Amino acid sequence: VRTHQANPARTAWLIVGGLLAAMAVLAGCGSSGSSSGGEELQKLGKGEGQLNLISWAGYVEDEWVKPFEEKTGCKVNNKTAGTSDEMVSLMRSGEYDGVSASGNATARLFEGGDVSPVNVSLVPNYKTVFADLKGQPYNTFEGKPYGIPHGRGANLLMWNGDSVKPAPRSWNVTMDPKVAAKYKGKISQYDDPMSIAEAAVYLKAHDAKLGIEDPYELNEEQFQAAVQLLTEQRPLVGEYWSEAEKQISSFASGDSLVGTTWQYQYFLLKEEGKPVAASPASQGFLPEEGATGWSDTWMISSSAAHPNCMYMWMNWIIEPKANAEVAEYFGEAPAQELACEHTKNPNFCAEYHAEEPAFWKRVYYWKTPLADCGNGETDCKNYNDWVQAWTSIKG
Amino acid sequence: LSRRLAQLFHGRPRLQAGALLAGPVGWLVVGYLGSLALLLLAALWSVNPVSGELVKGLSFENFETLFDEPVYRTIVGRTVAIAALVTLTDALLAFPIAFYMAKVASRRTRAALVVAVLIPLWSSYLVKVLSWRNMLSGGGLIDWLLEPLGLHGPGYGNTAVWLVMSYLWLPYMILPIFAGLERIPDSLISASEDLGGRPFTTFRRVILPLAFPAVVAGSIFTFALTLGDYITPKLVSNNQFIGNVVFNNISTNLPFAAALALVPIVVMIGYLLVARKLGAFEHI
Repeated sequence: VRTHQANPARTAWLIVGGLLAAMAVLAGCGSSGSSSGGEELQKLGKGEGQLNLISWAGYVEDEWVKPFEEKTGCKVNNKTAGTSDEMVSLMRSGEYDGVSASGNATARLFEGGDVSPVNVSLVPNYKTVFADLKGQPYNTFEGKPYGIPHGRGANLLMWNGDSVKPAPRSWNVTMDPKVAAKYKGKISQYDDPMSIAEAAVYLKAHDAKLGIEDPYELNEEQFQAAVQLLTEQRPLVGEYWSEAEKQISSFASGDSLVGTTWQYQYFLLKEEGKPVAASPASQGFLPEEGATGWSDTWMISSSAAHPNCMYMWMNWIIEPKANAEVAEYFGEAPAQELACEHTKNPNFCAEYHAEEPAFWKRVYYWKTPLADCGNGETDCKNYNDWVQAWTSIKG
Repeated sequence: LSRRLAQLFHGRPRLQAGALLAGPVGWLVVGYLGSLALLLLAALWSVNPVSGELVKGLSFENFETLFDEPVYRTIVGRTVAIAALVTLTDALLAFPIAFYMAKVASRRTRAALVVAVLIPLWSSYLVKVLSWRNMLSGGGLIDWLLEPLGLHGPGYGNTAVWLVMSYLWLPYMILPIFAGLERIPDSLISASEDLGGRPFTTFRRVILPLAFPAVVAGSIFTFALTLGDYITPKLVSNNQFIGNVVFNNISTNLPFAAALALVPIVVMIGYLLVARKLGAFEHI
């Protein structure tokens, strides 16, 4: 029995009124978005005792962090991030001193004024960083270095050695609809707009009339061709993965037979005795077209509360021994030339092609797609277009 | 001071109630309505395409994209369809179970059943979805069970999402229906029988109308939970649901994510209005 019926219309109007009032208040609070990057540090002072980092899993581990803390007195607080997008939004919180940014985050951080240029004269170990890692478009802006190279690697093509024979030497097993159809429903593709660049790497080698130079600088026609390729790939894909664990489980169970992966998953599956294979080290882990890859950079926040500790960290992580440790732990090529003498596996640098610039010419490091094509044209697709297209591809 | 406060409140029932409710109501307004307002506001912003920074001006660009790009219609349609399907499945599964619990089972069986329904809620959501992922995988438990019949499991996809969601949200449907059925006096059922109602007629004309608001109440849970979930689709399918697209955009294009997040809210408001018409809130 209803004794009292509230007037729903009145309640609704009250709520709407409340919402509008709240909106007005919040709009008033909104600050202007643009901020400018910081200045570079001129002189290294005493450590501040703390250091807050954002990093990829495996970059900040006790083995080389403990000695750093003992030496400098900077206590390291680490936050690992799963994606570049997450790193950018964490950096924008202003609570961190530095980040191990991949190339698809660096330009966004620079444009957003979230990072400061690095005074490399305060980072003595920088001198012996591999020359082909310095002054790159993803770590140098307006002629100034915006970070310290940490290490690099390529995204691998992995397959199930029992089912995929002969061993593929080209991305056509995932990218060419005719070849890939053989593995319908068993293809594993990285769930990220960066996959568009993977298609572009394939097209660069196989469709010369598109004239793709840089797989991250695509004009309308080139971009649509790459998107088209991935749209054709869509019905063949068994799984789009974004968490490493997800891909590991489907390769372990045989639900996925071939696809893009990272060192991490590959070595873990191998360790578990699964029949996975990747382009051998002798071929540089690379299929014939080359591959997308990453080159990570330690950047310093423009609002770093502990800049001295951050500089000490940037110098430490490319210290020959520490850089060798992190490279071996993670499975990537070190950035420090002298690190190769300190690796536990004496052939490590050879296996990872750390000292072969010719090899790295075939690796297209992730970077943020921008409207500016880098060749004077400004009709390239920017990152928002990539995100949008990736959503449409997956449907 | 306490004495002065006591004096202040003495004989002022409105002030007493106001002071008592200030906390919860404040929380409701700031925490819930405030965040909704912020969501609405953020949907009107945009991002600078180069730096990805927020541009806090008013524009309807996000809503235009939402309406113009066919992919978003597909995604919204898919999400709503699966949510409706899950709700229907759960209602059909839950009703007999709840009926047995409320009207047939002995006291002890009933207690045991209530515990059985609640126990899955104690274990982690992720563990449940991941075990479904294993069961649904090629050559997994489901394939193995169906093999003697010459059949295949559904594999990953929309069917898998439907199965997993139906499993996950079933308790949220059983419990309200159970509570609703329990409230129907047995004497009404006896009266129907005495007046010559056959079991089916009794069910159709007495029990169902009385229990229907409870079903609708349960369906609000199953529908809303399915509408907002993004982890299950990610783990057992390749298909994007509203939640996945929101998740993918949240760090690169927050305003667009906010605009998209308004879609389930609008759908849910529509659903609640219908539910209110059907009397789902009369017993709350």
